[in-house]
Amino acid sequence: MLEKLIYFLITAVILLVIALLHVAYLTYAERKIIARMQQRLGPNRVGPRGLLQPIADMLKLLTKEDLVPYGVDKPIFYIAPFISLVCAGTGVALIPLWEKFVISNINVGLLFILALSSLSAYGVILSGWASNSRYAFLGGLRASAQVISYEIAMSLALLSVVLMAGSLNLMDIVKAQINSPYKIYLIPQIIAFYVFIISAIAECNRVPFDLPEAETELVAGYFVEYSAMRFAIFYLAEYFGMVVMSALAVTCFLGGWVGPFEVPYVPFFWFLIKLYFLLFVYIWVRATLPRYRYDQLMGLGWKVLIPVGIINLFLTALLKLIF
Amino acid sequence: MEELLNELKEKFSSVIIEIQEKDYPTLICKRSGFLDLMKYLKEEKGFKYLIDLCGVDYLDYKYKNFEERFEVVYHLYNLDTKILLRLKVRIPEKDCWQYSVTPLWETANWFERECYDMFGINFKGHPNLKRILMPDDWEGHPLRKDYPVYLEEEQEWKTYKELKEKVKQQS
Amino acid sequence: MATYLEINKKQVNEEKWEEPFYLNMGPQHPSTHGVLRLFLELEGETIVNCTPIIGYLHRGVEKLAETLNYNQTIVLSDRLDYIASAANNTAFALAFEKLMGLEVPRRAKLLRTIVCEMARICNHLLWLATHALDIGAMTVFLYCFRDREWLLNIYEKICGARLTHTYVRVGGVRQDFTQEIIDELYKFTEEFPSRIYDYETLIDVNRIWLKRTKGVAVVPAEDAINLGLTGPVLRGSGVPYDVRKFRPYDAYGEVEFIVPTGKNGDTYDRYRVRMEELRQSNRIIRQCLDKLPETQGEPVVAENAPDLLMPEKIRKPEPKPVPKKGVIFKGEEIPVVPPGEAFASIESPKGELAVYVVSDGSNKPWRLRVRTPSFVHISAIPYMAKNHLIADLIAIIGTLDIVLGDSDR
Repeated sequence: MLEKLIYFLITAVILLVIALLHVAYLTYAERKIIARMQQRLGPNRVGPRGLLQPIADMLKLLTKEDLVPYGVDKPIFYIAPFISLVCAGTGVALIPLWEKFVISNINVGLLFILALSSLSAYGVILSGWASNSRYAFLGGLRASAQVISYEIAMSLALLSVVLMAGSLNLMDIVKAQINSPYKIYLIPQIIAFYVFIISAIAECNRVPFDLPEAETELVAGYFVEYSAMRFAIFYLAEYFGMVVMSALAVTCFLGGWVGPFEVPYVPFFWFLIKLYFLLFVYIWVRATLPRYRYDQLMGLGWKVLIPVGIINLFLTALLKLIF
Repeated sequence: MEELLNELKEKFSSVIIEIQEKDYPTLICKRSGFLDLMKYLKEEKGFKYLIDLCGVDYLDYKYKNFEERFEVVYHLYNLDTKILLRLKVRIPEKDCWQYSVTPLWETANWFERECYDMFGINFKGHPNLKRILMPDDWEGHPLRKDYPVYLEEEQEWKTYKELKEKVKQQS
Repeated sequence: MATYLEINKKQVNEEKWEEPFYLNMGPQHPSTHGVLRLFLELEGETIVNCTPIIGYLHRGVEKLAETLNYNQTIVLSDRLDYIASAANNTAFALAFEKLMGLEVPRRAKLLRTIVCEMARICNHLLWLATHALDIGAMTVFLYCFRDREWLLNIYEKICGARLTHTYVRVGGVRQDFTQEIIDELYKFTEEFPSRIYDYETLIDVNRIWLKRTKGVAVVPAEDAINLGLTGPVLRGSGVPYDVRKFRPYDAYGEVEFIVPTGKNGDTYDRYRVRMEELRQSNRIIRQCLDKLPETQGEPVVAENAPDLLMPEKIRKPEPKPVPKKGVIFKGEEIPVVPPGEAFASIESPKGELAVYVVSDGSNKPWRLRVRTPSFVHISAIPYMAKNHLIADLIAIIGTLDIVLGDSDR
């Protein structure tokens, strides 16, 4: 009993550290990749080829002055970033990395992750309200409406996967993908995959759906009044969300850890390759596309993605009936 | 263009004092009846585009042959016949007002505000005559010839002086 | 600060008072292109009323010009529209030449046209960069700046400065082009059309771009002329008014180019008009470069251009009565410039830039009035922003191409 607890604690801490490193270096990778797409170099001063840039950023943010503006609602102001971070980061514990490793293998894993992403909307709304500023308020309003609408589309996409796999447990979903062509759910569920990717980009408030934090319009939206470490926590929460959503897409649609050939000593090799590819797609989209206007964004969520999700659900049910 | 100028001279002989032929034909007008002339030019003759509206201060001008101090200069353009007209209205110093042409051309709104801000000429019929380039509680009209280019220490802007006092007190 | 905006309270029913939601896009904002303050009255996300407040960059150019002689005021003109300063210099020089009755030699006219068109390309590239950045496409920003760097390096070879050129003077230009500059310009005109194609592939048929710009801020032609809009904004609404064709100046009478016009008057049409103007500017520079060898060896300044630089005699120290600080020093009584007035207007990249100058016979202007396009365009923002969302307001400011140095002088 005690051994299990210690084992659990150690693996949790190790996984947390690795996830944090991933998130930190994701910011570095984003800056480098976007810079290369724009014909410039990106950070290359700190450390060899700029590799120590995230650490430099973290040290800088730790030593900055922590401003609390006048008239804010203090308890909510202090707690809001942590809500975002916790809800975004807890999902890491549920993703199966390879066949015998997942920190918590609960039977309603998928539902738990969806519930966490709904909770993260709270962090946005509360921070927008608590900062005594109109810009933050507007950003919080927009973000809350956006997150709620795109969650429905995401859930519909994931429901089709659940129908095909027959279980909400993430391990079982990956194991059930062996029956499909190429051992991934991408081919029969391609519509659901696209719906899921678009809603995931909207859930994380990334371009082209980043109106709540559009810097040229709302001057950083709902976290405009946060400085130093609290800003860093919001920033980390956004990238954590990206990592968790990509990991979820890999697990549900791309086959988890399954690959064409086995790599010895590195059982999570294929998982990481697929995860990095999806993160690259996020960054690629950011460098290319302009931003949606708010009403067009809501129109896309409600009028396009949800009907497509529902149609996909029916088609999947038909497929399951026939085969 | 000759027929246009002759026609205007016949029709508005009480308003137009003189027609000069400089780089563009210049009409020097009186203040009363000016709005009718502008309305005629805009609606009948098609001068739909007001390029510019500005004021000039002629205090101590050497070659002056009239007695009023200010002049408001209008530049009108006709896009079909490509004629550019310049109209000038002379405004005395004591009786410093002029009719506003904002109901005819929307552009004149901000031009007249700037003219008021810089010279102090009031425009009758303007919807919102406030200072535009200078701060709202500024005293004096900067582009007049008796307004200095560099201000002395005592003549500085009141609000700025108060701000400096406040900062000195707090530190 | 003195508060001057009355806050109107709408009465809902006798007991409840409702106050509308005010948002101040203050002088410091990432996307208002300078120190422009917009006071918005919002209802949800829709703008009910918008009041622009300017004057934060007022430097008193018109007052200062009365203390400097004619060649010195050209330096002031650089700082008006600091993105395309060759165009401002040309406007001032044209007005002064009309006043003095000078005839500019043909080579100087061609050089001036080349520099003005280069300024137009620089300005449109910066406009595209910031407009796309505001709407969210970050990559177009850097592509445009890459090409702008090329042009700014050519400018540095021409006149020594990247941003504030003062190359065009009263009577001609400052100095002639060397062969190296002409070769670089040839290379530039060869490669530029493919770069324009690059930008268009990124945003022209992008659905998000079309959704953000089609149907936003439609201005019908009648209202556009009434509001005083000029330049690409007016041509997007269908009125083909271009000062280069209606009142030709410099070498524009000799070169061939078309004036692109739009149809609907929305943001997308203005965008297409400016992209076409980039191509036409390229064409004009090419034609002028081809005509340059014919005028080889001509002077670049008019012969009877008055030497308005510091004449020798002032350099010797003379006991002069020191004037009281603040009184306008009227200058020597040398009838250098005949008394009178002149009006000249050019097609600057943003619109119609007009200069009206009154002279009193001395070497300093009596009154210098600059009619700038940005001043008029900012006054048209309330009309265009009615019933649009805040996100559209950013697109509107971008499409009007406003520079605050131009508007506040």
